Amino acid sequence: MSEAERFSVPRWQSGQPAELRVLDVDVEGPVLSDEARRVAERIASKYPTRRSAMIPLLYLVQAEVGWVPRRGMREVADVLGLTTAEVEAVATFYTMLKLHPCGRYIVSICTNPSCALLGARRLYERARELLGESAERVSEDGLFTLEEEECLAACDQAPVVAVNFLFYDRVSEEQLESMIEEIRQGRPPAASRGGIPGELKDISRVLAGLGTDRAAEVEDG
Amino acid sequence: MAEFQPVLTARWGDPEAATLHGYERTGGYQALRKALSMDPAAVIEEVKSSGLRGRGGAGFPTGTKWSFIPQDTGKPVYVVVNFDESEPGTFNNRELIERDPHQLVEGAIICAYAVRCRTAFVYCRGEFVWPGTVLERAIAEAYEAGYLGKDILGSGFDLDVILHRGAGAYICGEETALLESLEGFRGQPRLRPPFPAVEGLYRSPTVINNVETLSCVPHIIDRGARWFASIGAGKSTGPGIFSVSGKVNRPGNYEAPMGTTARELIEGHAGGVRDGKRVKAWTPGGSSTPLLTAEHLDVQMGFDEVQAAGSLLGTKAMIVLDERDCVVDAVLRFTQFYAHESCGKCTPCREGTWWMTRVLRRVEQGRGRMEDIDLMQTVGQNMLFKSFCALADGAVSPIDSSIKYFRDEYEEHVRLGRCPLREESPRLEAASARSGGTTGALAQVLPEGIEVELGEVLG
Ligand SMILES: Cc1cc2nc3c(=O)[nH]c(=O)nc-3n(C[C@H](O)[C@H](O)[C@H](O)COP(=O)(O)O)c2cc1C
Ligand code: FES
Repeated sequence: MSEAERFSVPRWQSGQPAELRVLDVDVEGPVLSDEARRVAERIASKYPTRRSAMIPLLYLVQAEVGWVPRRGMREVADVLGLTTAEVEAVATFYTMLKLHPCGRYIVSICTNPSCALLGARRLYERARELLGESAERVSEDGLFTLEEEECLAACDQAPVVAVNFLFYDRVSEEQLESMIEEIRQGRPPAASRGGIPGELKDISRVLAGLGTDRAAEVEDG
Repeated sequence: MAEFQPVLTARWGDPEAATLHGYERTGGYQALRKALSMDPAAVIEEVKSSGLRGRGGAGFPTGTKWSFIPQDTGKPVYVVVNFDESEPGTFNNRELIERDPHQLVEGAIICAYAVRCRTAFVYCRGEFVWPGTVLERAIAEAYEAGYLGKDILGSGFDLDVILHRGAGAYICGEETALLESLEGFRGQPRLRPPFPAVEGLYRSPTVINNVETLSCVPHIIDRGARWFASIGAGKSTGPGIFSVSGKVNRPGNYEAPMGTTARELIEGHAGGVRDGKRVKAWTPGGSSTPLLTAEHLDVQMGFDEVQAAGSLLGTKAMIVLDERDCVVDAVLRFTQFYAHESCGKCTPCREGTWWMTRVLRRVEQGRGRMEDIDLMQTVGQNMLFKSFCALADGAVSPIDSSIKYFRDEYEEHVRLGRCPLREESPRLEAASARSGGTTGALAQVLPEGIEVELGEVLG
């Protein structure tokens, strides 16, 4: 069974907690390398309480694995001196922490009204055609995860599409098609601001607070 | 009155404004020098008398909030910048940071000095990968230049700033949910009182302010409270950035004095409605504020003025629908947002938003009953003011207000068994059959397609 099939649970089960319940794979550990453990330690000691490093450390796991497997939650718990359940309770709350294998590029299309009024819903439907239904979890080629996004706070540029959370302004269906094609060819186009999006692992490093260490991942727009 | 000169957006045309050099060249960090020469209490007093009110939605007087911070608890004081901007239709914080991040950094340092805080946080919305990076760089530059760190500008005042990235949850913009999230928990609101000023981050006194609010502060210190208070109308002083989007010719952020009329913003700044159509409905302050109509375009965009018109100023985010757009569909899409973003802690919000989505969808798709309209009003009454935070109240706003002004349109849907405007308008309902969102407990139990008769359930 392919990974995509394994995760093709009925739509109505696709909320994150349910996802976790049906999650029947994990990864072999350890997921945090010795180097990543040192980084984790540095992040945790930055805050007045170590627990505040929860989200950054979960992003660090995502930067290593490409998603957040249970094994990663165990290791975060270990670093923070918490139980795995305490970490899992947090990880299941936040939509940017991916609890199942997902594409290397997350394509988020905002369909909140300011974007929808200017055709975002059709854009989403077109993306689904191009990437296949399975892309709502992960596309067959493992490249894409398609998400319908809430307002991205860029409504003046509607309709907005984000690739790994870098924004593309006023995207037409033709532009969307060529964006997807270019990503398939390994050459994602530059976002409207913030340069060329890295893969989800790279962006997760930035989100973990390590962006200024490796500024090259997010270049000047 | 002299013509209004932009304040908060004055540097937006300058490509160098985002750099320390560009900011300093145009007078940046002079206000900080001035503040550091003042007594902290005098800084608070200045902000108080400027009349500045929070731009994050609630409009609480900023100086008053700062003055609530007790200095005798033996605990550290924290300042948290709320850069979670996620209220639908709102996009000025993002542009403020992308174009002029040091203005916020300077404002935050002055605030920290005033309340004697030594560690400040910025809670940055997760999706803001790029704006967050711009701000990270500005913070790094400020450290290098000695505006942050130890003994700032030889004043003896120390301050560290930590930028913390969220992970995709609207609720984390709500101040107490934000604190929970920053402490490493699920982002669920706390019961108040105690308010954050008394027991905030790590149970310590905490000031939480919006990016635009703090961006006003350097100007107040630099040019004086009296100057600031001379801009605006009534009890809404100073300049404000209005985010205008939807069916207008020139969507964008427009800076204008608080109290500018909606007409001037929509028809003037934003160039009026597309294709020469007319305004049908608009939000004054994001999707959580009751819709207004073409009748209300002369309302002044000030806190009290908008409230008097039956809505709220919120985040000054104006989403404009024109006469071709289906109000029921737009309200359904807003409601899907709230159902997705409800954190699940309070039952009226978690269940109410979800059930509302189903009733609205049924009406929008032409399967509704006349009673559904009253039913939604009843459900709304059972949601209002019954939760820890205002998310549910915000969710009721578009539903209640649209029934108030567009009841005909709801009835038309029921009578015709379809949307009367379908041919002309784009579809707004979410395209994916996404269900529960972050919590949505019930959504995962009931398969899509199973119709439960809500009227019967509620009796
Ligand atoms: C559901 C909800 C979401 C909110 N989101 C934000 C937000 O993204 N940014 C913000 O500044 N305030 C937001 N607020 C308001 C904050 O709770 C708080 O009032 C504000 O940050 C205080 O700052 P101010 O006094 O400078 O406005 C939200 C409130 C609620 C109820
Ligand atoms: S509605 Fe799409 S960015 Fe705001």
